[in-house]
Amino acid sequence: MSEINLSVNLCGIQLTNPAILASGILGTTKALLKRVAQNGAGAVTIKSISVEPREGHKNPTVITFEAGMLNAVGYSNPGVDAAAREFSNLQDVGVPVIASVIGTQKEDFVRVVEGLSAQKFSAIEIPLSCPHTPGFGLLAGQGTPQATFDITSAVRKVTKLPIFVKLSPNIPEICTIAKAAEDAGADAITAVNSMGPGMIINIEAQKPILSFKVGGVTGDALRPIAVRCVYDLYKAIKIPIIGVGGISTGRHAIEMIMAGASAVGIGTGVYSRGIDVFRKVCEEIGQWMQENGFDSIKSIIGAAHD
Amino acid sequence: MIDQPMMVKICDIQEESPGVKTFFFKLNLNFEPGQFVMVWIPLLDEKPFTISSIQKDLVGISVLKRGVFTNALHSKKIGDMLGIRGPYGRGFSLKLDSNSCVVGGGIGMASLATLVDRLNLVVDKRRGHVTVIQGARTVAEIIYQKRFRDMKLCTEDGAAGFKGTTVDLLKDLLKKQRFQKVYTCGPEKMLHKVVELCREHSIECEVSLERYIKCGFGVCGQCDCGGQRVCIDGTVFNTEELSRMEDFGRITITKTGERVIH
Repeated sequence: MSEINLSVNLCGIQLTNPAILASGILGTTKALLKRVAQNGAGAVTIKSISVEPREGHKNPTVITFEAGMLNAVGYSNPGVDAAAREFSNLQDVGVPVIASVIGTQKEDFVRVVEGLSAQKFSAIEIPLSCPHTPGFGLLAGQGTPQATFDITSAVRKVTKLPIFVKLSPNIPEICTIAKAAEDAGADAITAVNSMGPGMIINIEAQKPILSFKVGGVTGDALRPIAVRCVYDLYKAIKIPIIGVGGISTGRHAIEMIMAGASAVGIGTGVYSRGIDVFRKVCEEIGQWMQENGFDSIKSIIGAAHD
Repeated sequence: MIDQPMMVKICDIQEESPGVKTFFFKLNLNFEPGQFVMVWIPLLDEKPFTISSIQKDLVGISVLKRGVFTNALHSKKIGDMLGIRGPYGRGFSLKLDSNSCVVGGGIGMASLATLVDRLNLVVDKRRGHVTVIQGARTVAEIIYQKRFRDMKLCTEDGAAGFKGTTVDLLKDLLKKQRFQKVYTCGPEKMLHKVVELCREHSIECEVSLERYIKCGFGVCGQCDCGGQRVCIDGTVFNTEELSRMEDFGRITITKTGERVIH
């Protein structure tokens, strides 16, 4: 079974398999990135980095429910200088590492990208779509076509690395925004970020559980929406898509790839299936491909389209 | 396992020392020593605590007053409500029919309390012995004074028990007796020394670590210690695992996620 070739080429980055650790999950330290790589991920994404250190929201920041997870971590991160120290010698990780970069204005994105430029990142991801952190993403108006174009263009000027723009599933005109990113020089679209925000109320306490009250919804609840977004994007843009949202099995991953994704991101799946979810998903993809007569990931990308 | 905070009513409060109170509530928890629960005060914050006492469906958490959250907890009265989720993490593995030593430093003793209870229960029915070492800075900070059978105290000034550290006392005891296993929790510098000492004497050792915890179930990465997630891979690690965790005894992670020297 292990003979099946799962390798993919994503914007010139060679991955041994399409299962990527999504940003915000376990990407706090190099040691954890390495552990995720050892557990089968084809690439890993660090937790988003801003110019200044951020403590994020108070607890509770992450809570689970029947169909996934609700989180409002609030972009806690040590800031670009500490991040540059933490993520040095990235070849130790063993797989390509993607830097997730955030800012409250386009100049911040540029400063962080420049601050991390000495480290061996394989790509830059810019999430313009966080639904629960004031000053960033949707709450800062970064999810419009114009803002997406401006920020992507600014980052394009200061890096030769592939740029992945991560979009929100909330916005009906996701394809318009993706095109704006493509026009500004983005190399791929990561679709999608968490949706919502949503809320979970503890009825005995009569209060929302998350300290920020609302948070991004991920996991099973997000998957059909993410698949639809990727399906629409595949028709609208030429650059590759990294499909993210509720993937925890090989069948989920194949579904996302058939919708049009060239690779998939896994986040909440770490909760539902453990840190070795990457290896499990890849084994399941390989088994399905073998049973169904496919010999490459490339041959199933977009297969669900007419 | 309780995934979302379940609101429980505080039904008893016991003062263990001027700075430590144990809050009791009724809850059916399948708890292993070394695990923890997340305690939520709505609109304030949520923090990890070990269960320090279990009697049927009555469980207790021992809380040292030290910051905003624990001050708020200390002001709670009988009848007030707290949110509880968990238990989380991997607990201690008990070595049966053996002489063991349980070494607690400060409030770390709370994480070992149900372990000592469990070990003593086994010893009663089978074989072995349990020696407890509790280290406190001063006499006033000693907790669970009458709870354990063979508890040796040590304080910095020697006002109660041995004058010196828990590590010094353990070293002393090892001159006279043999332990098959050491379990420990407390300040990480102390844990590091206990592990070293056990390694020198070829004694099995398990350590319960503390980190800033957010999710509690292994996804957020906040509690990393050298590639191991303290919330789900731990909190308990053995000597062999610790030898591969380069941050142990040296580096912790702040709220921002920065790795800093202890």
